[in-house]
Amino acid sequence: MTVREVAARAYREGLPALSASLVGGLLAGVVLGGMRTELTAIDGLLVLVPALLATRGNVYGSLGARIATALHQGLLEPRLREADDRLLRAVAAAIANGLLASAFAAVVATAALAWLVRPAAGLPMLVAVAVISGLLSGLALTTTVVLFVFAGFRRGYNPDTLVGPLVTTAGDVFGIAALLIAARLVIWGGG
Amino acid sequence: MLPVLLVLTTIEIGSGLVLERFEAELLAYPSLLILVPVTIGTAGNLGSILAARLSTAFHLGTLSFAVDDDRLLGNAIATVALALSVFPVIGVGAWGLGVLTGGPALPVTTVLAVAVTSGGLLSILAVAVTIVATYVAYRLELDPDDVVIPVVTNVCDVLGVVVLFVVVQVLV
Repeated sequence: MTVREVAARAYREGLPALSASLVGGLLAGVVLGGMRTELTAIDGLLVLVPALLATRGNVYGSLGARIATALHQGLLEPRLREADDRLLRAVAAAIANGLLASAFAAVVATAALAWLVRPAAGLPMLVAVAVISGLLSGLALTTTVVLFVFAGFRRGYNPDTLVGPLVTTAGDVFGIAALLIAARLVIWGGG
Repeated sequence: MLPVLLVLTTIEIGSGLVLERFEAELLAYPSLLILVPVTIGTAGNLGSILAARLSTAFHLGTLSFAVDDDRLLGNAIATVALALSVFPVIGVGAWGLGVLTGGPALPVTTVLAVAVTSGGLLSILAVAVTIVATYVAYRLELDPDDVVIPVVTNVCDVLGVVVLFVVVQVLV
């Protein structure tokens, strides 16, 4: 293949996934844009945003890839009613990893802000926001990934190509929406 | 899984600290705040798409790390072309959504210029990071699928914030 053919093919194959995540990213941005009150009220909340979004992608992207592989290998039936222990264990492990990484992000952010002598809301508040948002977005993302990958697989789509764009799009939207709800809950509970 | 996850989380806190440095500008102009998740996400995706393609080509044995390698060059050009196609949409979209959701607005040309300049720079950085990471994985005999994609995605996330910060300082 010539350079031009390679480039044209890579462009054609990359555009749909990129367009899907563009829509998700802009929606997440609108929610973030509407969060100015919370970002001002909780110092250090903005520091958590990239870490929490990346955690969603890393944890649930990996869960989606595992489910896709298990479907391909015939180890898993794409039906919720027959959901077996293996699926439940993978889901529980993903949510546990997500919660641990979220709490860890809050600890690292607090330590870094203290070291840089920047204002921070305090460890309990940031950990509470990170963990609550991790739990809410984890439940929403697990449901979305399992339902979409199962439905896609039953209709004959390759689950491997569904997982990437699905997780980046849904991860951004649910991640920021969960952060907004968690921030409001913590402000309400603490104030 | 967990140790890698914690290292990646720590790297991402670095980009959070960069965001915190220009929090005042972001809070002043909602369209800039709207740009944050979509710029991070698109930068990460440009890197991960290229990384996945190079890993596959590498597994198939059709990739060589030479400057005149057709596959390497073609994929690099496609990455820059993809960025230059989606970032104008991102810029106009962020501006429009910023106006719709209220708050002080920047001129559409400024938001468009920020998005396209950031996108162009990010696509070049994404190509460089992906090629270096794939080459290092190859030299260390690691499976590029396992290592390169998460590393490239997260490094591109961080670069997304850093580039947006620099471009906002210059253009806004």
